[in-house]
Amino acid sequence: MGQDLFAIMTSNAEGGEGDAGNTGSWRVERPVINMALCTPAKKQKASCHLCWLYCPDGVISKDLEPEIIMEYCKGCGICAEECPTNAIEMVAESEFVEE
Amino acid sequence: MNVIDSGNVAAATAVKLAKADVIAAYPITPQTPLTEKLSQMIDEGEMDAEYVAVESEHSALAVCIGAASAGVRAFTATSANGLLYMSEQVHWAAGARLPLVMCVVNRGVGAPWTVWNDHQDSISQRDAGWIQIYVKDHQEIMDTTIKAFRLAEEVSIPVMVCYDGYYLSHTYMPYDVPEQEKVDQFLPPYHYKHTLTPEAPENLNSVTMPDTRKDIRGDAAPCYMDIRYNLHDEMIQSIEKFEAIDSAFQEIFERGGNPVVTPYRMDDAEHVVVAMGTLANQFKVVIDRIREESGIKVGVLAINLYRPFPIDYIIKALEGRKGVVVYEKALSYGNQGALFGDVKSALYPCEKRPVIQNHIIGLGGREIKTDTLYETLIASCRKADENSGITDTPNWVGLQTVEPTAAER
Repeated sequence: MGQDLFAIMTSNAEGGEGDAGNTGSWRVERPVINMALCTPAKKQKASCHLCWLYCPDGVISKDLEPEIIMEYCKGCGICAEECPTNAIEMVAESEFVEE
Repeated sequence: MNVIDSGNVAAATAVKLAKADVIAAYPITPQTPLTEKLSQMIDEGEMDAEYVAVESEHSALAVCIGAASAGVRAFTATSANGLLYMSEQVHWAAGARLPLVMCVVNRGVGAPWTVWNDHQDSISQRDAGWIQIYVKDHQEIMDTTIKAFRLAEEVSIPVMVCYDGYYLSHTYMPYDVPEQEKVDQFLPPYHYKHTLTPEAPENLNSVTMPDTRKDIRGDAAPCYMDIRYNLHDEMIQSIEKFEAIDSAFQEIFERGGNPVVTPYRMDDAEHVVVAMGTLANQFKVVIDRIREESGIKVGVLAINLYRPFPIDYIIKALEGRKGVVVYEKALSYGNQGALFGDVKSALYPCEKRPVIQNHIIGLGGREIKTDTLYETLIASCRKADENSGITDTPNWVGLQTVEPTAAER
């Protein structure tokens, strides 16, 4: 029907980390995981992973010791809010700036 | 099959024949009987569709946006303040390039409240990125609504089919109802290339940056301004598509032609009336009488496709005429008639520009008397002949309680 010749530009995109560019630069606070409190890290088995589930950007890995891709993490703090053991602390980015 | 019924029933029947899968609409006068008819047809099993009862027009169009994104044909209809209440979603549907069809049963916009006809509601949405078609009779409501689905789906741009409240929505006129088999032949099943499925999840209309960015594969993704340019560019290409779709319709149903603009007695016309909707039809009688009684050679140009605006058609039809008189039921407040401004700007590059005049008429259902059209048109033609007393400001026809202007006070 010739539809392929139309709507050649839309902002439809595959889901995945980094779909909105390098959003890590937006971050004001950085999530830091305390593995001593993190349930899967502590138990050494697949469990909890609420941070992975709730992350709106899909940048937290589902590993026993979850990793956060700082290139895309916007620092929204949802993971810290959802973590049932308060293992995630939001730390000001200024803390990571070298003097 | 020939029937005698209302314009709203014609629209509902067209939507049934187009096999829309999802209807979401909120009742508002004078659109109400259209959606009532659709809900009745679905309830009685005459139509296989989902009718979603919603709490507002904003939700109605949001449901249609969701349905179309999920891969089914969706339809809604509204009027006046209902259209304005859904305005945010109107713009969204166009930017998202969803092939929706909406009937706008034209009514004046409050305040003050009016339920009667003018064109201010849909004209106020002319810049939203929808294709707008204004129809003139019941048969055109039927045929244009069916064509609108094919047009929307071929160019991935939503289409408004606008028809005059009461003049068409509530009056009964004879029209032909096409056979289902032929409509199926004309309108292929819905297919939308970005259909959302669990197998291929997508972010729909995700945030864009002022500049291009890399997608997750590292390829350059289009950004806002480029996407919007693409919409504009493809809107203009839709004019040709609409012509082609009308030809395909004509082959099957043996009626149609002149889908973009409809000329009447234009061959030798020195003066031309430009109008949209039923007003253009009413003028046929008026100019027949003017030609017979006063010998002024005058014709009518009905603008059917208002957005995209058919500039080339306007130039071809109007260049070299003595006078052009635009009558319209809407305006850009503080400026002039919307259609007048558009026609005037289309004619600017012409070498032989006609004298052009603007009349605002029939707002909020103010009666448009054939005698009034007759008298004002003759006066306008004479002014154009003498090329004197022409102003660039609209003339309001038929005011009844005129107060002194602020300047006069």
